[in-house]
Amino acid sequence: MMSAVPISYYLVLSAILFGLGVVAFVFKRNIITIFMSIELMLNAVNLAFVAFARAHGQLDGLVFVFFVIVVAAAEAAVGLAIVIMLAQNRQSLNVERINLLKL
Amino acid sequence: MNVAIIMFFACALLAVAGAVLLILAREPIHSALALVLVMMALAVLYLLLGAPFIAAVQIIVYAGAIMVLFVFVIMLLNAGVEERTDFSKIAKFGGVPLGFLLLLEIAHWLYHSPVGTAIANGAGSSNEAADTAQLSEMLFRQYLFPFEATSILILIAILGALVLARKEQ
Repeated sequence: MMSAVPISYYLVLSAILFGLGVVAFVFKRNIITIFMSIELMLNAVNLAFVAFARAHGQLDGLVFVFFVIVVAAAEAAVGLAIVIMLAQNRQSLNVERINLLKL
Repeated sequence: MNVAIIMFFACALLAVAGAVLLILAREPIHSALALVLVMMALAVLYLLLGAPFIAAVQIIVYAGAIMVLFVFVIMLLNAGVEERTDFSKIAKFGGVPLGFLLLLEIAHWLYHSPVGTAIANGAGSSNEAADTAQLSEMLFRQYLFPFEATSILILIAILGALVLARKEQ
């Protein structure tokens, strides 16, 4: 049986993963790891989308997940290019050192 | 206890363990591998939810392409153990408990939301897997314009990455 698992379980798992992503985003100091925590949050949201698509028996949620994955790929490409540029200019991946805009 | 429930809890445990590992790992490469673990577990959950196409895309694009890009950059920049820095007092004593409070609240709300409880009784959900042919028809008819827009987005992302990452002459 496929629908034996209640949808609310998936939503709770999605919330937990999103929360862990936020924690990682706040706690990590390495800019690449911070980027990875953003991907974790996107994954958590995708899980919620698929769960809701399942709950309502509609495919729109799955199409949206597809677009989220595409945007995440584009975002990773540009973001990692920025990380490479920053690392070349600052010789450090620590976000504490990247404080040019800080007062 | 049936097979689906056991599969769900095994994958959920793997995903949460991977996410915790991502936070605890000092080396970025360990965090990257933990994130791959999370994505694999989520792919199995998508299969369980009856979305085989999304599961395949998850493995191919996320765990394949995007994470390879991450690992590539980690190796390229020779990223080592991250430095520990002090947190501010406000963040430590105010932010962390408040964050956990928010997480608990979201989990509680989701668990008791009308959607969650209604579906728990089996209302509205069909048993068969989402039809990939139906999904593609939707993608190329109803969502054709967004689909074409993403190709331009990808093109711009490629150009942006090239411009940003190239060496200054």
